[in-house]
Amino acid sequence: MSVLLDAIKAFLGTDAGCDDRCQYPSSTMFCSVPRVKFADAAKAMKKVHALLVAEWAADETPFNRGFGIYACYRWGAEYLIVKTEAPFDDPAFPTLTKKFLPAYRFERQIKSLMGVTAAGHPDSRPWIKFEDWPEDAWPLRKSFDASKPMPRVYGKYKFVKAEGEGVYEIPVGPVHAGIIEPGHFRFQAVGEDILNLEERLGYVHKGIEKKFESLAWKDGSRLAGRVSGDTTAAHSLGYCMALESMTGCRVPERAQWMRALFLERERIANHLGDLGAICNDAAFAFMLYQMSRLREIMLRTNHKLFGHRFMMDRIIPGGVAVDIDANGKEIILAELKKIAKEFNRLVTIYDQNSSLEDRVRDAGILVPDKARRLCQVGIVARASGLNLDCRTQNPFPPYDRIKVNVPVLISGDVHARAWVRVEEVRESIRIIREILNTLPSGGILSDVGDPAPDTYGFSAVEGWRGEIIYWLQSGPKGEINRCMVRDPSSVNWLGLEQAVLGNIVPDFPLCNKSFNQSYSGNDL
Amino acid sequence: MIRILKQIFRTGIVTEPLLPEVDAEIQEVGARLKEAVGKRFSRSLTIRQVDAGSCNGCELEIHAINNPIYNCERFGIHFTASPRFADMLLVTGPVTRNMEIALRRTYNATPHPKLVVAVGDCGCNGGIFGESYASIGGINKVIPVDVVIPGCPPTPAAILNGILRAVGNR
Ligand code: SF4
Repeated sequence: MSVLLDAIKAFLGTDAGCDDRCQYPSSTMFCSVPRVKFADAAKAMKKVHALLVAEWAADETPFNRGFGIYACYRWGAEYLIVKTEAPFDDPAFPTLTKKFLPAYRFERQIKSLMGVTAAGHPDSRPWIKFEDWPEDAWPLRKSFDASKPMPRVYGKYKFVKAEGEGVYEIPVGPVHAGIIEPGHFRFQAVGEDILNLEERLGYVHKGIEKKFESLAWKDGSRLAGRVSGDTTAAHSLGYCMALESMTGCRVPERAQWMRALFLERERIANHLGDLGAICNDAAFAFMLYQMSRLREIMLRTNHKLFGHRFMMDRIIPGGVAVDIDANGKEIILAELKKIAKEFNRLVTIYDQNSSLEDRVRDAGILVPDKARRLCQVGIVARASGLNLDCRTQNPFPPYDRIKVNVPVLISGDVHARAWVRVEEVRESIRIIREILNTLPSGGILSDVGDPAPDTYGFSAVEGWRGEIIYWLQSGPKGEINRCMVRDPSSVNWLGLEQAVLGNIVPDFPLCNKSFNQSYSGNDL
Repeated sequence: MIRILKQIFRTGIVTEPLLPEVDAEIQEVGARLKEAVGKRFSRSLTIRQVDAGSCNGCELEIHAINNPIYNCERFGIHFTASPRFADMLLVTGPVTRNMEIALRRTYNATPHPKLVVAVGDCGCNGGIFGESYASIGGINKVIPVDVVIPGCPPTPAAILNGILRAVGNR
């Protein structure tokens, strides 16, 4: 039986209305509770050690329903979505922040973009929404006209303050020193030690979730592929799987394996880039150039075989847009052979370089207990002792037929996050070889219809950063009513804030690089 | 140490000549480039990259022009952390509402004469994100643009060619 459903039934009794009529895929459980019991449900989840995956709201006025507030929990392979409703004239619900820390950001975001308040939330400042937006601008509401620019109003963001002798503040960004995305960090420090770090994100908010609502279903995967450019395969796959689960579309076998091929290639390419960048931030430029050379080899193969260096728009609803032939397989196998050999050589150099070791060990530690409380996912979680990976725990095809070895380390420092990447590159190389050997024959695309009105679709995909969640809702005419995207960064940014405490300011870039979270995927 | 040296020798020089992506016109520009950078920028063109709201795809390819294969430094091109030292702004993304002011400030902080190159479909006209409450659209909606480099994202070669075009233009 299901641990999560049992727990919620035991705690709430008949208050928990569990039905799975319109939630897809059917393995994802769904349950609705009265508004006053929303936080109690979280308590029940906490008791069985579930993790909070995401929390979001949907404007359900087209169904004459007010707002739907959703919280998604995870325990091992199980996902449970708990829903409650708030009437339009009283848009509020009890906060979950005291039970689950990541709710802190989710609820600020719900308030800022949907105008639904989490009652009892300790922080009323906006998130993603800037203080110069008109206060009643709630873009995710149906009544909001997204096509018009908004006027700027006067407002000021209140950063957390630290005072006392010798305490000083360092503001960084939004335009950063390197070639990276914009965001703002504010440090309070004494001497070189960081007392507090506050992130202020939202600079790359492009209104993506709102934009989905104006698209046709089949066009959504293009936009999903641009939520975070470095994770284009995994994000478009997340969108497609959620849509396919709603329409009952059966993706051809061969297409499933091709999708896994894209996913693993994306993982290797990004890990190679990250390993180089981490070493570069520890002043070891040699590794940056060597790793970026290997990365370039992979991107060129992608371009040659699949027509795009990052494989954008190659995963589409119903299957994939490109196939591979025998010659293509040979090219990839030869490429991997070369990369594997050189990679191992470089890892030996990394491993034996004591001045590098001096920087990466014991820097930016996120202890397992904190990682758990912050519900971290992906590489960050695995470097801090949490054995989480959707490819093994909630295996979407074809991972139900591939064995994936998940590296887990417990030291939670920069080195651990780098080393998880090293192990994953090796594992992904093995997986790609397996994929190429077993690739079934047949078609690569099937027809996808449009979903029925008022249904929900859900998917969880392991991208190279970690678990990506998509939640789709169809409107009364069967159109896209809401598309909720949760990039791993939405939770892992919290981990970075905690990991740098007590470290010295000059180590921040190194810590930050080892997390390498997406701004675009967080700001949406 | 010996391993590092071995690996360096084994790798050798992997830099490739820059292939024109678009047409012959660019090849001509390419040839003129070294001369142009040499004369006009004392053999060094300094770029400040600004992400004004991209999906990060364009940034990855800008990173790539720094890798040993494209090796932009051979043309005297390098990146700086401060707009005060920059000859060129390389801007990506649709400009988001939340980045508009920061982009304008960065532009104002860059000394004259300055070149602005908009990278990617988004930088050209807002791309897939278009214009909305949160996205202002192409870079030229906010600051004057000299050259645009279309593509989603443009390849490293296209980016290099675009930079060369901007330098050769004036
Ligand atoms: S042009 Fe493409 S890759 Fe570049 S920012 Fe826009 S969507 Fe991303």
